[in-house]
Amino acid sequence: MNVAIANPVVALVGNPNAGKTSLFNALTGSRQKVGNYPGVTVERKSGRLALPDGRIADLIDLPGTYSLTPRSPDEQVTRDAVLGHLSGEKRLDAIVAVIDATNLRNHLRFVLELRRLGLPMLVALNMVDLAERDGTSIDTERLASILGLPVIATVAVRRRGLAELGAGLAGVLRGETPAIAASPDSDVTLLQREARTIANAVMLAQGTQRRWSQRLDGITLHPVFGPLLLAGLLFFMFQAVFAGAEAPMAWLAGLVSSAQAALSSALAAGPLRSLLIDGVLGGVGAVIVFLPQILILFFFILCLEQSGYMVRAAFLMDRLMARVGLNGRAFIPLISSFACAVPGIMATRTIDSPKDRLTTILIAPLMTCSARLPVYAVVIGAFIPTTNVGPFGLQGLVLFGLYIAGVVGALVAAWALRRTVTKGPSPTFLMEMPKYQWPAPRDIGIGLYQRGLAFVQRAGGIILISTVVLWALATWPKPPADWNRPPLEYSAAGRIGAALEPIFRPIGFNKEIALALVPGMAAREVAVSALGTVYSLQGVDEDHAEGLIDRLRGTWSLPTALAFLAWFVFAPQCISTLAVTRRETGGWRWPAFMFAYLFAAAYAAAGITYWTAVALL
Amino acid sequence: MSSPRLIERLSRGEIATISAIDRAGLDPETARRLHELGFDEGVDVELLHRAPFGGDPLAVRVGNMVVALRCSMARLIEVEPAARAAE
Repeated sequence: MNVAIANPVVALVGNPNAGKTSLFNALTGSRQKVGNYPGVTVERKSGRLALPDGRIADLIDLPGTYSLTPRSPDEQVTRDAVLGHLSGEKRLDAIVAVIDATNLRNHLRFVLELRRLGLPMLVALNMVDLAERDGTSIDTERLASILGLPVIATVAVRRRGLAELGAGLAGVLRGETPAIAASPDSDVTLLQREARTIANAVMLAQGTQRRWSQRLDGITLHPVFGPLLLAGLLFFMFQAVFAGAEAPMAWLAGLVSSAQAALSSALAAGPLRSLLIDGVLGGVGAVIVFLPQILILFFFILCLEQSGYMVRAAFLMDRLMARVGLNGRAFIPLISSFACAVPGIMATRTIDSPKDRLTTILIAPLMTCSARLPVYAVVIGAFIPTTNVGPFGLQGLVLFGLYIAGVVGALVAAWALRRTVTKGPSPTFLMEMPKYQWPAPRDIGIGLYQRGLAFVQRAGGIILISTVVLWALATWPKPPADWNRPPLEYSAAGRIGAALEPIFRPIGFNKEIALALVPGMAAREVAVSALGTVYSLQGVDEDHAEGLIDRLRGTWSLPTALAFLAWFVFAPQCISTLAVTRRETGGWRWPAFMFAYLFAAAYAAAGITYWTAVALL
Repeated sequence: MSSPRLIERLSRGEIATISAIDRAGLDPETARRLHELGFDEGVDVELLHRAPFGGDPLAVRVGNMVVALRCSMARLIEVEPAARAAE
């Protein structure tokens, strides 16, 4: 048999917050494959682990779950994979049950449930360092003999116990530990009690319960300081996104324009040169410069998630969310949607009430995603002066205001939706608050790498294609010799823009904007590259040193710029969001509804902004 | 024996023992999740925090875990003074 086929498949299974993903990262490093399970949008992460006996195991990181009785699509995947029912997934050869040593009583219950499956299995007793710091001491050998399973103490974030885990896994895969007669009960209460009995038997000393974590909660959950801290953190995050990215963005922009200059002198004038310089570099380059901002935003979101703060934020926000008919749990998908609505909508799978989940999905695109950042950045850079208001830059304040506008819009939309299309009983809010943890640099690094790569792949894929298509539309047909206006107006793109302009003229948009909104359907940030392509083709002579920002400053009025910003607060155009909504809601009905209501809101907001600005300025 | 009380009536930092869970007031899945999060008769709970803007939801320590839940659900859990002396 081929060695590649014979790789044993091993899954990491465990409760949320057991440190499963940290362990997965420590075992597989950055050589991970991130994909999707067929039919569902649950992220599938796999990697390779070299075992000490020379074999290679395919390691899968399954979504965290409390039991094999699923309450959400995420948990369903774990259950199906563990039971071998998941289509497209090979049967598991072994399970590594990851449990938190500081929370033995609860996590052992799941181990007992998994043990009933009779699969070869090994227990990774993770975070033993935190247990020790709390003063808890666990008799690992006793635990192993009671469970009848190998138990390996690990500290994933410090890479402790990894070699032992590999050796243990090799042993389990060789069948050294026979599958044992499982406990007869599947009733949760009985398993829970059995777990407590075992935990009490193996804990030699029981520490104080994470006093420092609770002391920190005294501040973060304080009725007054808690919300202030949350607002401050979010504000700081958005200031950092703007200020911190300035230098690397300038460097990237310089790189793009020097590449354009080099090509310009290396190639003879003609369609190829125009394609490379105006199409590819002008379009993709305009998007790729926003990589630093996107990485900074993701850095903050990853830190907030991994430190355990995100759940506290959900706790703080639950009451306010309840007023608009949502629950605090929706806060996490909504915060993730600040990065991108697609993972945000996917994160709604942890919400168990269907109505509540649907409402959250429908308002997720109102959270300002990172794809809107390039659009905001260009327009703010062009039209908002770099003056300071007190200690804060005006540009950062405007950006913050746009984010707030999105949030307010989302709350209003949720309130309205809950009273109309998603009417139903108010949902419950029940969630574990994990202990605080210092985010592990490796986990943050791998997370950033995966997200940065996804962004660059998007730039190289859908954005590149739509840029080239737009370039072609904007280049042909060529105008006749006696055409004395910009050639763009004669091209196919120019005509599409002219046809669309009457729809958008009442809200202050010009032809170029109308045109840029069309390819912007593919991805919001394409609107920027489209503007880049349109305006660099519109120039009489190629002067690529002049950036898009300067072009806009010269051609747009301030009310138009503000209306454009307001449009993008609601911006319904994003094919990926609509596609993931279709997948998550199982049909075209809800994505169609989402598009219609967002379009109406965007149109109204841009119109009101435009005419207010015209009246005031 | 003292009369049963509700978690939301505890003062912050007070430890009590769960005496009864009204499972009939919950759908079976939610009741199951309560157990998965460690709630059970005989387990100690401690009221840690009340959320801002009206004191709902609550953060409760159950065993070694901190769980957030709304008052409406906490009302289905009866407690009595802890069997052991508070720390």
